[in-house]
Amino acid sequence: MSSEETATKTLPLEAMHKAAGARFGPFAGWSMPISYPLGVMKEHLHTRAHAGLFDISHMKLFEVAGPDVVAFLDRACPLDAAALDHGQSKYTLLLDEHAGILDDLIVTRLGAHRFMVVANAGNAAADEERLRAVAKDLDCKVEPLERVFLALQGPDAEAVLTAAGIDAAHLGFMHGFEPRPGWFLTRSGYTGEDGFEIAVPAKDGMALAENLLADERVQWVGLAARDSLRLEAGLCLHGQDIDPATDPVSAALMWAIPKTVREKGRFIGADILARKTTAGPAEKRVGLKPDGRQPIRGGVELFAESGERAGRVTSGGFGPSAEAPVAMGYVAAELAKPGTRLFADVRGNRLPVTVHALPFVPHHYRKG
Amino acid sequence: MATTYFTEDHEWISVENGVATIGITDYAQEQLGDIVFVELPEKGRKVSKGEAAVVVESVKAASDVYAPVDGEITDVNDKLSSEPALVNSASSGDGWLWKMKLSDQGQLSGLMDEAAYKKLIG
Repeated sequence: MSSEETATKTLPLEAMHKAAGARFGPFAGWSMPISYPLGVMKEHLHTRAHAGLFDISHMKLFEVAGPDVVAFLDRACPLDAAALDHGQSKYTLLLDEHAGILDDLIVTRLGAHRFMVVANAGNAAADEERLRAVAKDLDCKVEPLERVFLALQGPDAEAVLTAAGIDAAHLGFMHGFEPRPGWFLTRSGYTGEDGFEIAVPAKDGMALAENLLADERVQWVGLAARDSLRLEAGLCLHGQDIDPATDPVSAALMWAIPKTVREKGRFIGADILARKTTAGPAEKRVGLKPDGRQPIRGGVELFAESGERAGRVTSGGFGPSAEAPVAMGYVAAELAKPGTRLFADVRGNRLPVTVHALPFVPHHYRKG
Repeated sequence: MATTYFTEDHEWISVENGVATIGITDYAQEQLGDIVFVELPEKGRKVSKGEAAVVVESVKAASDVYAPVDGEITDVNDKLSSEPALVNSASSGDGWLWKMKLSDQGQLSGLMDEAAYKKLIG
């Protein structure tokens, strides 16, 4: 229950979380609601059955705009920004010169020369510096926004939004728009469920949260359940499952980089990524399922049946919907096939583990 | 008649005839959240005060439970293998973790009584 991180920033809606009985903990420099009186397990299951409300205001929004914005994005990310329709979102990455993963992002097109970028909290400052450096010689502005950012996730999310007077039912998954001045809403999320992410100016934040919570289908859900939900959905947490020491090939994220983008090679890290693609990865990110009930956590070492070191766990815990422990990590490429039997070294005990296809729980995204 | 003591690490120790039953307090289980797995020690293992004897795993993290005094583990709560959530629902009863024979009864005097523990957790 201890952490080396020190919380410095507080959420704009902190008083609401306190009133709801949240337990707080540090994450990426923020004091975040970890769980509510309902408890992690029920918060998780409630999200999959109804709708969970998450305060993700720690995440950073950047509005990028200008005549050169497409060229800017194509340089900053392995992305074909011109190919995005108005209102279309795309999962992409910020790579360094060695194709190491600096962050993962969602980019949404809002106009001919205007896009929204959503970045992880822990990387916000470094990302901003990076984006500004890329924009330096281009006619493109990078503007960080101060917003209350809420995620409403689960099968009832659409009905809840409609009942709350926010019409977003027309959106397909990974599409968004600006319903009101200063608002930004996408049909997206990080739980594997259908859902929405809604950024609003701070003055509108509390009213929006209260409006959504007034619906009995909605419960606050904390960061702990957010983590178990995304892990079951096979989604990466930057700083844990992906970082500058990993690249899109080893992280099994090449699906996020269209073939034409790779061929044109205009983005930072393109050359090295091409080389890594040709050479093939030494290790690969995979799902891992322990045999019994005991979870394996990030940092645990993996071994082949021969006893040779096979890799490491990067995220692990218990999956309330999977009703079993779930994990992901990196293993030697020749051991990455689903069904491969490995051992995890947990406090000196060798726990049998099977390489498992991701996700552990099927996605329920609304097809556009 | 059993006497119950408490530690600063939020464990309770109920002692009767030189045998202690150990568990975590209601406060501790609430802090940990939903318990999904309990790693129990081998019977017969000798443990020293402050040594990790049990690991309780919640959805989010693994936490050590330390031996509050020296002794030999005589029994473990096997029920927790199939029902780890007993640690949440009955932390001071059916959710006990292990029993141990005390090596030194004198170590108990360094522990808290219920009133002192309640003061600690406020």
